[in-house]
Amino acid sequence: MAISRGFQGRRRSDADPTRVPPGQYVTDDFPVLSAGPTPHTPLADWDFSIRGAVDRPVACTWNEFLALPSETVTVDVHCVTKWSKLDTVWKGVSLDTLLDGVETSAEHVLAFCDGGYTTNLPLEDVTGGKAWVAYEYGGEPLEPEHGGPARLLVPHLYFWKSAKWVRGLELRDHDEPGFWETYGYHNYGDPWKEQRYHGD
Amino acid sequence: MERAALPRGLTWQLGSVVELVDETPRTKSIALELPVWPGHRAGQHVDVRLTAEDGYQAQRSYAIASAPEDDHVVLTVERLDDGEVSPYLVDELRPGDQLELRGPLGGYFVWEASLGGPLLLLAAGSGVVPLRAILRHHRIVESTVPARLLYWARALDDVIYRDELTANAFGDSVDIRFTLTREQPEGWRGWERWTDMELLQEVTWPPRERPLVYVCGPTPFVDRATFSLIALGHEPGRVLHVAFGPTGV
Repeated sequence: MAISRGFQGRRRSDADPTRVPPGQYVTDDFPVLSAGPTPHTPLADWDFSIRGAVDRPVACTWNEFLALPSETVTVDVHCVTKWSKLDTVWKGVSLDTLLDGVETSAEHVLAFCDGGYTTNLPLEDVTGGKAWVAYEYGGEPLEPEHGGPARLLVPHLYFWKSAKWVRGLELRDHDEPGFWETYGYHNYGDPWKEQRYHGD
Repeated sequence: MERAALPRGLTWQLGSVVELVDETPRTKSIALELPVWPGHRAGQHVDVRLTAEDGYQAQRSYAIASAPEDDHVVLTVERLDDGEVSPYLVDELRPGDQLELRGPLGGYFVWEASLGGPLLLLAAGSGVVPLRAILRHHRIVESTVPARLLYWARALDDVIYRDELTANAFGDSVDIRFTLTREQPEGWRGWERWTDMELLQEVTWPPRERPLVYVCGPTPFVDRATFSLIALGHEPGRVLHVAFGPTGV
């Protein structure tokens, strides 16, 4: 290991090190990283759809989406740009609820968003209580800059997988890389294995 | 949007600091000699990793300030007072020290001559760093693509690469303009304005000329600039941007 002469570092004493993946630092801020401008879709035009390799595509409007059973979860999020934020509180609809009744043989999903952003995930990583479509953060409606009106929340993977401004899921028999995955980020993105870039 | 595979630059390596240049009171350029460098594209970044004696490590990303054709890989780092890595890089690092990094990284915010233009570069603060790599590359390959940089800084003393930019070392096809938002020297004839729609309309090519736009700076600046450009009719897919810093939440 190469020691950086004179580097002390600034360890945070208030953060449990077992909750901070390798190469991450804990922040109280909520930095933003986007590949495109913040979209502003009117809620009247918003829907969330599930399409692709399904028996029949489904879609719900904003009001129908809000009427679905919601969950409030407290999770740690880890951004590939090195910051982690602990104990973030989100309210949203579990993907188990959104996928309830959808028949599919697909093993992959491609989340798609306003602005054209996509990200790919294994279906088993968004089911079983591991992923949500969140519309509140810290008890407030989700701000557009953080992905509002609604974003994907998949906290066990790097945060670019938690696609902002999400509008639906395409179920796929074959995996297809999304936006950042095409630009050199890791296809899966497990922060505990430090899978930041393609080849990590 | 252009899609390209990222060259692999994933192995951590130790570079030697060959030169440190004070750019502003808070900003330093670090020129590095690297054992292995696969070459980068203008606009890419590296990850830097510091290790304390007890093994504690901290990583951050920094934009590459040098052109792919330059002799050394140069990082320009702004000292953030509450930062963990940047104060070390700006205050502690000395020529001859070793610095661990990996890269080049990032395949989205890049420009090369084949992408054409006209090229509009909008920078605020240290957001100018990857755009300077683009400008140097533009000059070295003798690109004839018209290019324009509009650079927001608080005061003239905060302008990074001030000599290079004010001497217009980039040639006749490059137009460089400043806007000093807080403090202007006497007789200042540049802008003082913040990112407003009229200013952007004045500096940018009309949407029908399809400029390729690169925006880099703190999040509020980037949000405002990209929002305004798209409202003016520019194609979202041709407005590339990278934002940094907290959002003020």
